[in-house]
Amino acid sequence: MSVLIIAEHDNKSLKAATLHAVTAGKQIGGEIHILVAGYQCDEAVKQAAAVEGVAEVLQSCADYLEHQLAEDIAPLIASLAENYSHILAPATTSGKNYLPRAAALNDVQLLSDIISVESDDTFKRPIYAGNVIATTKSLDPIKFLTVRATAFDAAPMQGGNANIKTLEAASTSSSLSSFESQEIATSDRPELTSAKVVVSGGRGLANGDNFNLLYALADKLNAAVGASRAAVDAGFVPNDMQVGQTGKIVAPELYIAVGISGAIQHLAGMKESKVIVAINKDEDAPIFQVADYGLVADLFEVLPELTDKLAS
Amino acid sequence: MKILVPIKRVVDYNVKVRPKSDGTDVDLANVKMSINPFCEIAVEEAIRIKEGGGATEIIVVSIGPAKAQEQLRSAMALGADRAILVESDTPLEPLAVAKCLKNIVDKEQPGLILMGKQSIDGDNNQTGQMLAALCGYPQATFASQVTVTENTATVTREVDGGLETLKVQIPAVITTDLRLNEPRFAALPNIMKAKRKPLEMRPLSDLGIDTKPRTQVLAVESPPERSAGIKVADVDALIEKLKNEAKVI
Repeated sequence: MSVLIIAEHDNKSLKAATLHAVTAGKQIGGEIHILVAGYQCDEAVKQAAAVEGVAEVLQSCADYLEHQLAEDIAPLIASLAENYSHILAPATTSGKNYLPRAAALNDVQLLSDIISVESDDTFKRPIYAGNVIATTKSLDPIKFLTVRATAFDAAPMQGGNANIKTLEAASTSSSLSSFESQEIATSDRPELTSAKVVVSGGRGLANGDNFNLLYALADKLNAAVGASRAAVDAGFVPNDMQVGQTGKIVAPELYIAVGISGAIQHLAGMKESKVIVAINKDEDAPIFQVADYGLVADLFEVLPELTDKLAS
Repeated sequence: MKILVPIKRVVDYNVKVRPKSDGTDVDLANVKMSINPFCEIAVEEAIRIKEGGGATEIIVVSIGPAKAQEQLRSAMALGADRAILVESDTPLEPLAVAKCLKNIVDKEQPGLILMGKQSIDGDNNQTGQMLAALCGYPQATFASQVTVTENTATVTREVDGGLETLKVQIPAVITTDLRLNEPRFAALPNIMKAKRKPLEMRPLSDLGIDTKPRTQVLAVESPPERSAGIKVADVDALIEKLKNEAKVI
């Protein structure tokens, strides 16, 4: 039995989500291999080889793999699959994009977004926006899984000394699709999915400028800033800040929800947080049903006060 | 160009679903059912492409119980031209659904397949990608903007960290994200007209596809309840609790 983990990386560095998938792989058992497919990705390969518990790093390097287009990376994964009992990718937008394609090429039913490993063929995963947890057994000979990062600790990125194996690149790109451009939102704050503290705003913030109140608080706490769908749809903040069933799933030590009512779809993205604080002027808001500490108050009064008092 | 739009009948997104007491399945007795919200967005986008002259016909297809006719009629009331229902009494896994859809694609030869990125019941986010794989078509998942020309589609995708724009050859599979558009409501005359639009019923067995389950749900359960929290009186009390009780700041 051996496990192949598809690395999430930007060619220069390995993304933390990969490390969480490695931990899930270790729980399944067997030898752990990581595939780094990309272009000029030596740095990411080096980092993957240093991850504790990884036996081998497979490196596939070609210019058309730079952006990991599904049409190009899925056949690569599919061609490696028969050597493995399990193929794992982080349940990020890239993992969700290419792994189902690879699974179908192997005639395998993928299990999405697993949150626990019960045995080598049985896994738990949330359905219905996290209102139900299903324990599901895979009957396929090869198990394809995407892994919810917040449900597994990150494997340490040191102490490993994996063997690096270079794969012969497939001949050419599929040419079915091409990368045009990207717009990456820049932020000095910690990444939303891995931050220890997350401060999120909703419709109650009333406009985008008022998010500055959250940024000020976030800076005091070294927190990432998130948002509800209502805040994103209203154009207050970009959509990659959205926390929820259709946005990002977070599970920080501390989640502060400000001006967020707490719809099912939002709760699906944050209710695994260790401590939840809700600040809302509506004392009947559903968010108070999951909050450890609730403060019924006008956010425009208490946010500056909270920020000030954390300074002292 | 034809556009094929697969849609799914699911529990309405406002319903809070619970497991049955014996833990074998979720309790769906007497709950409100609707078109999956992402599928609605796909229907809307297809209609907009047709209105812009980029398509000649919109075919909606669903794989599910006979009652899914309601959702297909709703989609036709919004503007789809005809519908196909592949009747299956048991829910199918994404791979099996993708195989059924490939069968329809082979027959109808659409230029675009527009579908939701995930259904809000299974939360799988797989069927579009699997269909693209089986057809050998390119895929553009999590679309927030779609521009179609004769031979290509340019699609902006919502990815972690921001947006990414791809150009895909047609035929292609595009899956919709929430911000692609705001679906319209059906007007009453269109609801009446939709009743006369063609709806073809095909039993699953006619497709000759192996839909044997590849997974087995052993149990369903509620997630662990969070213990009830407390309300604090003011900011000072909140900071005190976070520092001394929760020890998170």
